[in-house]
Order: sequence, then C-alpha cells, then structure tokens
Amino acid sequence: MLRQGGTAFILPMMVMMVLCFLAPLGVLAVASITGPDGQVSLANYRQFLDDSFAVGVLWNTIFLGLKVVAAVTLLGVPIALMYWHAGPRWRTLILIATLLPMLTSNVVRTFAWIVILGRNGPISQSMVELGLSPRPFSLLFTETGLIMALTQIELPLLVLPIIAVLATADRRLVDAAEMLGAARWRCFLTVLLPMMTPAIFAGWVLVFASATTSFVTHSVIGGARLIYMPQFVYREVGILFQWPMAAAISFLLLVSTGAVMIALTLLARHRRLAACA
Amino acid sequence: MRDLRERLLDASYWLFVLGFGGFALFYMIAPIGIAVLMSFTDGATLRFPPQGYSLRWYRALIDPMQSSQIHIAAWNSLSIAAWTTLGAALVAAPAAYGLSRMRARSATALEPVLLSPLVLPSLVYALAALLVISNLGLSPAYGFVVAGHIVVFAPLMYRTSLAVAQQIDPSLAEASTTLGAGRVRTFARVTMPALVPGVLAGGFLVFMQSMDNVSVTLFLADPRTTVLPLRMFAMIEESLDARVGAISGLLIAATILTLIIVQRLVPFVRRR
Repeated sequence: MLRQGGTAFILPMMVMMVLCFLAPLGVLAVASITGPDGQVSLANYRQFLDDSFAVGVLWNTIFLGLKVVAAVTLLGVPIALMYWHAGPRWRTLILIATLLPMLTSNVVRTFAWIVILGRNGPISQSMVELGLSPRPFSLLFTETGLIMALTQIELPLLVLPIIAVLATADRRLVDAAEMLGAARWRCFLTVLLPMMTPAIFAGWVLVFASATTSFVTHSVIGGARLIYMPQFVYREVGILFQWPMAAAISFLLLVSTGAVMIALTLLARHRRLAACA
Repeated sequence: MRDLRERLLDASYWLFVLGFGGFALFYMIAPIGIAVLMSFTDGATLRFPPQGYSLRWYRALIDPMQSSQIHIAAWNSLSIAAWTTLGAALVAAPAAYGLSRMRARSATALEPVLLSPLVLPSLVYALAALLVISNLGLSPAYGFVVAGHIVVFAPLMYRTSLAVAQQIDPSLAEASTTLGAGRVRTFARVTMPALVPGVLAGGFLVFMQSMDNVSVTLFLADPRTTVLPLRMFAMIEESLDARVGAISGLLIAATILTLIIVQRLVPFVRRR
C-alpha cells in the first residue's frame, strides 16, 4: 500500500519540474529554431557558427571549464587524502574548511579575489618583495586570475563528494594493502583512487557546470574584455533584445556543457564497470 | 638500494599529501580570512593588508541614511530566501519521502527529472522562464523570482531529505496505519518529524543559495526589486565601494554561525 502511496507524494514536485522547468526550456528550444518570419529555421545557429568571435567565446568557455577542472583536481585530491589519513579532530576541521567556502556567498568570494589579485594585493606585493617582479602588477581581467579565483570557488564541489565517500569507506581495505607490503603510492593508486573515482567524476560534473556558468565571477574578475557564454547570453537579451539569437546561444551553452558532462558521466560508468570486472 | 628508492617514493607521497594538501587547504580557506580582515580596514582602497583597522565601514553600512538602498536589497533577499525555503520544503520533502518508498527501478527513472536543475545552468533556465513570462503577456515580478528560486533550489532540499528518508524504518509508518491512523495523519505525525533533520539541512542550503543567486533574479525581478548580491555586484562594478567588505564580513559571520548550528543538528558528512 505504501509503495503505491509514494507516487502521490512525488506528484507536486514532478508537476512543478515538468511545467516550470522542462516546459520553459522546451519553449526556449522552439524559440531558438524560429526564424524571423516565424518559420522553422536554423538561421540563428548558422549565424552563431559563422561568427568566428562567437565560436571563439564558446570554445573559451569550454576550455575555461576544463582548465578549472584540472586545477581543482590537482588541489582537491591531496585535500581528500589528507582527510583520509587524518584523525577525527582533523577530519572535522578539514570538513569545516571545505564547507565554509562552499556556503559563503559567491559574490563575497569574488570580492575577496578582487583584493587578492589586485595591484595592491598580497600576490603582487609578495612577488615584488621577493624580487620576482620589478613592479606591482594586477591579475584582474586576466584568464590566469579568473582560473585562480574559480579554482578556489569550485574546490569544495570536488572535495566534498570525495570526503563523503572516504568518510564511510572501509579502512581495512587499505590496512590490508599496507600489511601486504604495498608502498604508499601503490596503496593510493590501487585502493584509494578506484574508491574515490566515482566521487571525482561526480565532482567534475559539478565543477564544470559551475565554472562555465558563474556569471558574477566571470564579469567581475574577467572584466569586459574576457567574454564567456553567460555574459554573451546576457548581452544579447539584456542589452540587444535579440531573443531568438539569445535562445540559440543559451542552447549551445546547454548542449556543449551537457555533452562534456555526459562524456564525464559515461567515463565514470565505464570505469565502474571496469572495476567490477 | 631498493629500500632507499622505496623510502624516497613514500616520502614523495607524504610530500604530495601534506605539502600539496596543506597548500590546497590554505588556498581554499585564505580568501575567506582575507575578506574578513579587509572588512575592518580604515582606508578607502582595497590595499591588503590594510594600513589600519577600524569599524568605519560597518558603521557606514548600518547607517540608515547612507545605506538605505543596501538595507532594502538585504530585506528583499532575506524575504525571497525565506519564501523559497518554505516552498522548497513543501514540494521537495514529500517528494523525497515518496521516492524513498518506491521501487528502485521507477525511482532511478524519475530522479533525473527532479534533479535536473542542479546541473543545467540556471542562467539558461532564467532566460527560458523570462521568455515564457513575456509570451504570456506578463512582466517580471517578485513572485516570479520566488517561483524561479523554488524550482532551481528545490533539488537541494530533495537530496538532503532523501538521505534522511532512506534511513526511516518503514515499519514505523506501518505501525501507525495498523493502529488506525489515516495516511495523512501518519505522514504528519510519524513521517514528517523523522524527516526534520534532512529538511533543516536542506533549508539551510536552499536559504544560502537563494540569498546568493544572481542569474535567476537578474532576469525575473522587476527593475525596482534589487537584491543583496546584485547590489554588491553593482557596488563592485561601479566604485569598489569598501562597504562591500563590511557586507562580506557580516555574511561570513552569519554563515559560520548557521554552519555550526546546523552541523550540530545534522552532520553533513556522517561518520562511521
């Protein structure tokens, strides 16, 4: 009886998601393939793909996402390993150190990065004091600066899923490997990493989705010269009122980020199958 | 010889974990500290470290004459976040419960629909929603902002509630119905209280995310409704107003406080 009862409880949210989330996206899809005369046409997409500037923006956005994913992985995996080796007190500290930046407002974190990357910020000043740079410099409005900021902002999205897996993982597996004489790296590569892999892939999807669409960080740290897809969409609607074009652009954003995410998910499934075999 | 190589390898592992991990941990948390220190500067520029410390920007922020616009924006943000949290709890907590009581196969088929807003860019959704609203001959308004936030953030509530719902023993509800309580009464008196920790954790996440959201509000709010993150965004873009530092300080303090309270009530990561 309860099993059937489940449906009634899901219904409101299901209806809401279909009517208020998927349906509008459908309307947007239709708008994107509507030509100026109301006929079905791919003119908007053709116009976008013929425009080398626009295509460049799309590629830059995807590469930005991939670069951030790489940087986040490089920093996130050691944090997770630290968590694994730590005792209960340190584990709590690492967990809080991960949750706090994640829950802190995005605008606040972006503001902090303006201070850090600016001409009078700690990076520029310490480089000058160490004699590595002749004069103060600003990393604001550069892609390097943007990647540095996004890496810090998205790091918790990767670390948290891994930590969640490690927190409930069976320590005896690793203990067994150690007792059998496996060296540290080998333990990591053959026992810990396979255990972490599903969480890493899940984290990658979140990081990529967030890094390619964080409008505020892009426009504040990237400035007016570095344009990524979200600003491109906003410009078409908010300033130029080009609805069909904006719809086409946002659909390309959706499809291209979606493709990367599906690729990552498939990779994850493949790896899991391989692990089972 | 081989022994030495192995020991060097092990040492490089610890260097990787402690050295790199330590740096990464610092990298992740330091900007928060910098934002807090910055909020106490007594200068008008964003030089770090500040030359002197004062409460000058906090005073400017509290002053109702100077900062009335910020106060209005903050009030709007808080009320939108409160309505969003309530709405998300009303749809997502029952959904999580319902799904946890379904067969695994139908659950995996339905779940992607419920979770889709988490991975699809909210900016694209906001654009789509605005298109529908204007096609219906309506114009952006406060109510649409709340509705948009509920749609985008309800999945967060759903996920935390689901984690709790899966732990609830089904025999509890069965006992209640056997003793003669109706389905509604069972849900209200037995199931709902058990779901509370998940709803609290979810409510916290939804509230924070709603307070922080820019893209949905940007498209769906009428021009007169301004919210805190958009106001801060404008202050940063226009003049690098140092009051942004003070707002940041207050937001961080509020985050830490609620994080401690919620972590006490419902640990985000369950220990074994």
